[in-house]
Amino acid sequence: MRTFGYTDFWFILEAAQWTVLLSIIAFIGGGIVGLLVALGRTAENRTALALSTGFIQIFRGTPLLLQLFLVFFGAPVLGLEINPWIAAALALTLNSGSFLGEIWRGCIQAIPRGQWEAADALGLSYRDKMRDVVLPQALKIAVPPTVGYLVQIVKGTSLAAIIGFTELTRAGQIINNATFQPMIVFSVVAVIYFFLCWPLSLLAAHMERRLSISRTR
Amino acid sequence: MNYDFQFGPVFDAWPLLLHGTWMTIQLSFLAMLIGLLVAVLCAWGKTAGPAPLRWLINVYIEIIRNTPFLVQLFFFFFALPAIGIRWSPYMAALVAMVVNLGAYATEIVRAGIESIPKGQIEAGLALNLSRIEIFRFVVLKPALRAIYPALTSQFILLMLASSVVSVISADDLTSVAANLQSETFRSFEIYIVVTGIYLALTLAFSYVFRVVFQHTLNYPDRR
Repeated sequence: MRTFGYTDFWFILEAAQWTVLLSIIAFIGGGIVGLLVALGRTAENRTALALSTGFIQIFRGTPLLLQLFLVFFGAPVLGLEINPWIAAALALTLNSGSFLGEIWRGCIQAIPRGQWEAADALGLSYRDKMRDVVLPQALKIAVPPTVGYLVQIVKGTSLAAIIGFTELTRAGQIINNATFQPMIVFSVVAVIYFFLCWPLSLLAAHMERRLSISRTR
Repeated sequence: MNYDFQFGPVFDAWPLLLHGTWMTIQLSFLAMLIGLLVAVLCAWGKTAGPAPLRWLINVYIEIIRNTPFLVQLFFFFFALPAIGIRWSPYMAALVAMVVNLGAYATEIVRAGIESIPKGQIEAGLALNLSRIEIFRFVVLKPALRAIYPALTSQFILLMLASSVVSVISADDLTSVAANLQSETFRSFEIYIVVTGIYLALTLAFSYVFRVVFQHTLNYPDRR
């Protein structure tokens, strides 16, 4: 047993980069999945609607931890070699895809009906209508809640610790097992998470206020 | 794919799974009730309390909302016993869930309170209601009605997040699954079944919330 020192702090801080990297991957992957889901949820095509609704129902209706376990223990069943890193990235991508999809569906549906009808009246194809009329306007209102959701993604990456991926939380557990000073160790871990998430929370709140001002004007 | 699915050992353990499901429901329900109480008190403090109290409540909310639940759980289970507060995994899990929900629900309840028009409170004053009566009947009930959808989806998120308490073996559904897995080695089958149970719980919770709404808050609204 040793006391918590500078090298331990450095070990935890270094592990935080994996938290950041995992969050970025989950956000990019989740963004792609989320866009598809949001388009499916607003589509007139019955199959697309049913598939995306089912996807959202399942991924928002079950715990992220269980999704992580299913990917981690399910991949070998399909004959795939998988490590905690890939399992975490995949589960977080699917999970944030479902939440972002539902957020963005709301933003797409918030675009006034008249805009859709105008695009139809101009004879735009579905692709042009979405790309040039609906999505650019939806993007503007989607940014604040998306930044807010980033906080959830960062916090969600902590669950990767449970399947043994050494990110911030797991690093804290490892150092705690060595030093047995949980008070200091988990305070340090919490403070690092806080300074990763708090700026994002503030930014999201700031953007939301600006958006609501520009709307009332 | 040549994997031989064996759900037998999972279904043989149904009494354990049932017990785990009940524990998850119980834990979520208790955390929900106490957490809502905490949230109402904090929301009241935040809208009507003195400045230092408002500041304190804000610090609490920001800390909880910007750190992961897992780290909060470790804090309650490992760090607090180190300074002399000893409790069982179940108590640590319950306290962590209450503290977590309290922070999120405070902001929701506060938004509801602020949605009440000032004229409505003044009408209460004109009717000579006491401060407590005004808060209970004129502010809280319509506020709860306004925030009901946000609040209930937060409850469901809490129920799903409760799976995390299995890491301190708090005897919930996911820890039952983890124990079964180490006995039978049918991890994939177990987690499929347990994920299905959680999905059923989510659907059941939202059904119950809908029924409760129709029976308690569904009064005619003139707006």
